[in-house]
Amino acid sequence: MAPLPLTDRLAPLAAGGPTFARRLRNGAVLAACTVAAMLAVLPLTLIVWQLVERGLPGLRPSFFLNLPAPVGEPGGGMANAIVGTMILLALGTALALPVGVAAGLYLSEYRHDRFADMVRYMADILSGVPSIVVGVAAYGLIVVPMGRFSALAGGVALGLLMLPTIVRATEEIVRMVPGSYREAALALGAPRWIMIMRVVLPAAAPGIATAAMLALARAAGETAPLLFTALGNRFGSAALDRPIAALPLMIYDYARAPYADWNRQAWTGALVLLMLVTVVSALVRLATRRIPRP
Amino acid sequence: MTSESVAIRATSRPLRRGRGWFSDRMWHGLLAAFGTVVFSVVALIVYETARGAAPSLRAFSWNFLTTTAWDPVAEKFGALPYVYGTLVSSGLALLLALPCGIGAAVYLAEIAPRRVGEVVTFMVELLASVPSIVYGMWGVFSLAPWLRVTIEPWLIGHLGFLPLFSGFPFGLGMLNAGVVLAIMILPTIVSLSREMLLAAPTALREAALALGATRAETLGVTLEWSRPGIIGAVILALGRALGETMAVTMVIGNTNHISASLLAPGATLASVIANEFSEATSRLHLASLIEIALVLFVITLLVNAIARLIIYWSTGGRRGAATAH
Repeated sequence: MAPLPLTDRLAPLAAGGPTFARRLRNGAVLAACTVAAMLAVLPLTLIVWQLVERGLPGLRPSFFLNLPAPVGEPGGGMANAIVGTMILLALGTALALPVGVAAGLYLSEYRHDRFADMVRYMADILSGVPSIVVGVAAYGLIVVPMGRFSALAGGVALGLLMLPTIVRATEEIVRMVPGSYREAALALGAPRWIMIMRVVLPAAAPGIATAAMLALARAAGETAPLLFTALGNRFGSAALDRPIAALPLMIYDYARAPYADWNRQAWTGALVLLMLVTVVSALVRLATRRIPRP
Repeated sequence: MTSESVAIRATSRPLRRGRGWFSDRMWHGLLAAFGTVVFSVVALIVYETARGAAPSLRAFSWNFLTTTAWDPVAEKFGALPYVYGTLVSSGLALLLALPCGIGAAVYLAEIAPRRVGEVVTFMVELLASVPSIVYGMWGVFSLAPWLRVTIEPWLIGHLGFLPLFSGFPFGLGMLNAGVVLAIMILPTIVSLSREMLLAAPTALREAALALGATRAETLGVTLEWSRPGIIGAVILALGRALGETMAVTMVIGNTNHISASLLAPGATLASVIANEFSEATSRLHLASLIEIALVLFVITLLVNAIARLIIYWSTGGRRGAATAH
């Protein structure tokens, strides 16, 4: 018997396609998922729109350059808070970066140690500790012995929050350094520690810098751990052993205040903070598409 | 003959215990010491909160978690309203974020055209980097008026017979906190679930399609495969919601009453610490607040440990998936 023409062989398949009910369900599910994705993006657009609408009018040079005006008087800026946030971030980075990179190197270079598994698990636990709890711990560790709130305590709190991100990111990135680099260094007679310091670490440095920037951006927006460590300061103090202002703290105070002018400044502050945080993370993510993210 | 064996010994020496053998050991020890720092930081947090909470632990023991009085003047402290507020606001957030988050993850992993998917993924990641305080301001000044004028009167009018929706439209309260928290944990659910879905083997999809399944039915197969990982992601998001402080403090209304209504104000473990810590004067008040931090720490620790175990199991310790948050 001669084989059927191709169209006839395919006909049963075409006729046996999904029933109407199944096609309907298919369409409904796909549409629902699309709507869900649109819903997920909606809050970001709403929030950004509100920030720009309410915060942009106050975005003047005076906002960045002036100290806050006395309570009740209009005007003034958040220069103290911007400087304070930078000092706090510098302190946090100075504490978290060396420890975090060294611990990350340990996790990747000596990953067969049983202790490394425990350290890795602890880093994961640390990243899940609520920031307010970190603040309470920093209060007990620094504020109570010192007898007063201080920039140092705030910097320690931010450093503790940055630490797990830097540890795990360093581990992931150092692990990506090709094995041939290490083998070449060892074959040339370099001891292991020279190999790590002179070959592996430089190769991983851009990725580690990226991760540190992301951790920094996240820490910049933290308010809760600063409430009772850095406390806030309406004067332009930069002393490490005194209370210090921070942008998120000042936004919090100004948003709760009963003055319309302060509320407006809080919106501007929030806009500046959001730009700081998102621009840093967006640039970092765009610039390093190929480097694995923490 | 002799010169040859000398040469062999000379070259083989570095292989046994060469230059740098000692410095390598030192280096190993040094890096391990830094690992110990990470380890001891967690221990220090536990020690510090437990030490600070000692007076309160001694004074109230388990009653701390089961009584509702919070009276700094009479020095009576019970954290039940805060435990309740934390669980209800986070539960509500999960309820709101779950369908939207998983739907969005499915869209990104299986449906979206490549360019659109990249843009949406990028925006979701940006949503994750918005500071908590900014969410709080948006919740107070934008979301609260809308809830007060539009949503809550409607809920009271149509569903007011349920205790859940009885009361007055305040704008600030449990509902507002739930919505803000839902938005905050959405990125966690979306990006982790998307990763889990993308990790599903292609052969699974092809097999389903070859059997004549529609695209939606194929989605069901991959969702089934990635279910443990997605559950882990959702629990991780829950852990984040439980410990979230600033945004919740600003929008939840801050009273220590337990109310069945979602429209009523409340408070959470984290919000009461943020509100009262720097103003606590008596030793017992401060210790009670530190004990609340301890309780919060233990709850999030358990939740995170469960989530990470599930994720480790379901991915076989695969890179990346377990570290993202």
